[in-house]
Amino acid sequence: MLNGTEDEEKWLAEGIAGIQHNAFYMHRALDSNNLREALKYSAQMLSELRTSKLSPRKYYELYMRAFDELKRLELFFKDDSKHGVSVVDLYELVQHAGNILPRLYLLCTVGSIYIKSKEAPAKEVLKDLVEMCRGVQHPIRGLFLRSYLAQISRDKLPDIGSEYEGDADTVMDAVDFVLQNFTEMNKLWVRMQHQGPGRVREKREKERSELQDLVGKNLHVLSQIEGVDLEMYKETVLPRVLEQVVNCKDDLAQYYLMDCIIQVFPDEYHLQTLETLLGACPQLQPTVDVKTVLSRLMDRLSNYAASSTDVLPEFLQVEAFSKLSNAIGKVIEAQVDMPAVGAITLYVSLLTFTLRVHPDRLDHVDQVLGACVKKLSNIPKLEDSRAMKQVVALLSAPLEKYNDIVTALTLSNYPRVMDHLDIGTNKLMAMVIIQSIMKNNSCISTADKVEVLFELIKGLIKDTDGADVDELDEEDFKEEQNSVARLIHMLYNDEPEEMLKIICIVRKHTMVGGPKRLPFTVSSLVFSALRAANGCDIEHVAYEFFTQAFVLYEEEIADSKAQVTAIHLIIGTLQRMNVFGVENRDTLTHKATGYSARLLKKADQCRAVYACSHLFWVDDQDGIKDGERVLLCLKRALRIANAAQQMANVARGSGGPVSLFVEILNKYIYFFEKGNKQITSSAIQGLIEFINTEMQSDSTNPDSVADAFLASTLRYIQFQKQKGGVVGEKFESIKL
Amino acid sequence: MNYLVGAFKPPCNIFISFTDGRSRKQVPLKKENGKTVMVALFQSQENIVGEVVIEPIHGKKVEHNGVKIELLGQIELYFDRGNFYDFTSLVRELDVPGELYERKTYPFEFSTVEMPYESYNGVNVRLRYILKVTISRNYVSNIVEYQDFVVRNYTPPPSINNSIKMEVGIEDCLHIEFEYSKSKYHLKDVVIGKIYFLLVRIKLKNMELEIRRRESTGSGPNTYVETETLAKFELMDGTPVRGESIPIRLFLSPYELTPTYRNINNKFSVKYYLNLVLVDEEDRRYFKQQEITMYRNLEAS
Repeated sequence: MLNGTEDEEKWLAEGIAGIQHNAFYMHRALDSNNLREALKYSAQMLSELRTSKLSPRKYYELYMRAFDELKRLELFFKDDSKHGVSVVDLYELVQHAGNILPRLYLLCTVGSIYIKSKEAPAKEVLKDLVEMCRGVQHPIRGLFLRSYLAQISRDKLPDIGSEYEGDADTVMDAVDFVLQNFTEMNKLWVRMQHQGPGRVREKREKERSELQDLVGKNLHVLSQIEGVDLEMYKETVLPRVLEQVVNCKDDLAQYYLMDCIIQVFPDEYHLQTLETLLGACPQLQPTVDVKTVLSRLMDRLSNYAASSTDVLPEFLQVEAFSKLSNAIGKVIEAQVDMPAVGAITLYVSLLTFTLRVHPDRLDHVDQVLGACVKKLSNIPKLEDSRAMKQVVALLSAPLEKYNDIVTALTLSNYPRVMDHLDIGTNKLMAMVIIQSIMKNNSCISTADKVEVLFELIKGLIKDTDGADVDELDEEDFKEEQNSVARLIHMLYNDEPEEMLKIICIVRKHTMVGGPKRLPFTVSSLVFSALRAANGCDIEHVAYEFFTQAFVLYEEEIADSKAQVTAIHLIIGTLQRMNVFGVENRDTLTHKATGYSARLLKKADQCRAVYACSHLFWVDDQDGIKDGERVLLCLKRALRIANAAQQMANVARGSGGPVSLFVEILNKYIYFFEKGNKQITSSAIQGLIEFINTEMQSDSTNPDSVADAFLASTLRYIQFQKQKGGVVGEKFESIKL
Repeated sequence: MNYLVGAFKPPCNIFISFTDGRSRKQVPLKKENGKTVMVALFQSQENIVGEVVIEPIHGKKVEHNGVKIELLGQIELYFDRGNFYDFTSLVRELDVPGELYERKTYPFEFSTVEMPYESYNGVNVRLRYILKVTISRNYVSNIVEYQDFVVRNYTPPPSINNSIKMEVGIEDCLHIEFEYSKSKYHLKDVVIGKIYFLLVRIKLKNMELEIRRRESTGSGPNTYVETETLAKFELMDGTPVRGESIPIRLFLSPYELTPTYRNINNKFSVKYYLNLVLVDEEDRRYFKQQEITMYRNLEAS
């Protein structure tokens, strides 16, 4: 291989030297206006291009050298005062060259001047040139020769408005010319596959792809022809290009050219010729990556649709969606071996398309999802991670578009697609759904939708069969379950009946979650239920909920940390309830305080108990205000804090958490401020002094957090004092 | 040496010129010594008019038995060197026997001379026209001077000029159809045509069109045939596939062609052929030769 490259370098160097050598004599001939010599040496120079030893890349280098020289020669040819031969005669003269390749390069060069001279119609000259070029059947040499022809003729096509415009049908002549050159170039290009220089298939394909733009350039030229309007594109250009694409039966060429067509011609043309363009797809070789072709087409059309709302009626008029949908169906059907990722990618593109073009047509979305389900159900198990990614993209697209899960919930095929995801991806998707709901603050307000929603996110709600529990990441799990908990709050309906249904559904789903999930989800459910019950003034239901909550607390929540969380939730909830009568309320508060005092750690007990103080003081218009029991709670909290302090002393010989006292102090101040007569300024004063003493005591560990906490609490009091007015007066009596 | 040279030097110079020499078209003619000279061009039925000037070397007199000018049309076969066959011989007496002391001019004229054959310079044969001036002398050799001229005859375009169309091939290997638009071409003509590949199972490398000249001289067992390839014109580079058609456009003007000569005075023939040659990757050559008729066309020359 190394040798091959070295040899090639050598051959290239020889070729370049040959060109330079002959170009030198050619320049001399040009300078002395010697046409004969100029022709002789230019032909010899061009003979270097007859080599078969170079790869396309190297040949290109050689070609470019010759190309530059031909530009000089063309200038000389153009100036007949220098050589005294008319362009017509020159056109014959260059054809005397015995070797075909130099002859045709020279012919094209003179042909270019011939057209410029307008001594013959451009179309005649072009037709002659493109016909004569048939003589070169060698793929690489032919491709470069014809690319030279394309290059020199680009600005001389008898296009509308061009100075070379002829009589009627002049554009047709230009189009015919380019199409013919394109067809011949493509044939040569395809032929390389079968008889080209490369021995190894891979190498050959690489070499071919290096040449693809030479072929594609023709399509670009076609797209630039002014006179190619939609009509002509539809009637002539596209059918003839496609004919060549289909007939060449070469996968590389078909893929490249289809893509090329899509990229070079305007979107509105594609839209108006969708049927023709799509019709070609099933006729392509089975190895052609049609999905990418179609995806790109749909991407382009999607962007076109997004560019302006003015174009949308066009899409409707041509029934773009159903055509694309049909085409995709056919392609997937025809290409049995297409990997799942391919098919799904196609559906994603189609979905993107319809979301952009017909955002109002949910049925389209559902149809695409349905087609995808059909495809997926033929696959025993989707294991390809790329395919999985595409499914996620497929499912995410409608969420992003509508910013509203409610819309997605009406898609009957949505959950069916989700069923095909693996466990991990399913969860991921469920998270995406929940995040979407959160982000958009969407409220799911009917039981049916809630049912569908829970069906969608069931991966988070319960253990899936076969899931490897050990693999679960603790962090992720928490994150997931917290999300579910948050989600439950988004399910709401003012109608008590519907709300009840919703709650029942949520309950049905969450209850199967198992002990790991329940601590996260149940509280939300309880809240939700209580909010409903509270709102509806149905005391017995609310009471029942609470009872159940306590039962759950007792029976299901074993972990002490979870208990703390749960009891705080219960307290918080109970505090907000205003539906209960005195008796029920007493029972419940009693229970709550009871559970609080029985928590495992003293600190937790303390905090739960002082939290319970709020159960007796609701700062509402007609909320309960039982100052005495508030004080009782706080005192009890103080006792527990003291006990904690002593326990710490015994256990470690050092002080316990002073911050507990500061926290309790804050509660005192709160109730003091709220006007609880049982809380006196002297009590506060006493507590402050007590804390100060505790802090200065030797046995207490310096605790910067507690210090800061206390300091800011005192600063608050100071601030309130300075405020003046009623509040200021109140605080006046506290001496710091 | 000078003495010797002087001794064998003819005692006079002879100049032969044509009356319309200045305006008459001159064409190149290759002489035996390889040099090319420009000579006057005539065609059959023309009057050949001119004058002969004899100029004795200073101070010498030339005795002679008469002066004559001959117009000769000769065919010279190289394998029979030295033997000229005169197919045309016309004589004009210019002077009666006498003596020449000074420069003397003799006008001459051959009217409507029949010159059916064209001048030709081939591999084994030459056909030439000359004016030969002879000063006959007694006891010493005659003084002779030659003046070549060239004859070319024009024919009108043929009324029938069919195309040449043919399908040839090697079974299951190569099958082509070719077409030349005409079978008769004038010397500045263009061969237009195409080759259509019906079946290609061999890897062709290129394709050429050759112009071949076949000159046959003599007759019977003494026939000599000489074939020259006058042009090799590449038509195609690379390997075509089935269905390809390759255009032919070959300008004949760059090549030194003559009209086709058929059995000129039973001495020789010159025929032209287009030879289509296909070369495969192993350098094997496949060819098909077709005769074409060349003619000289007045308008085109």
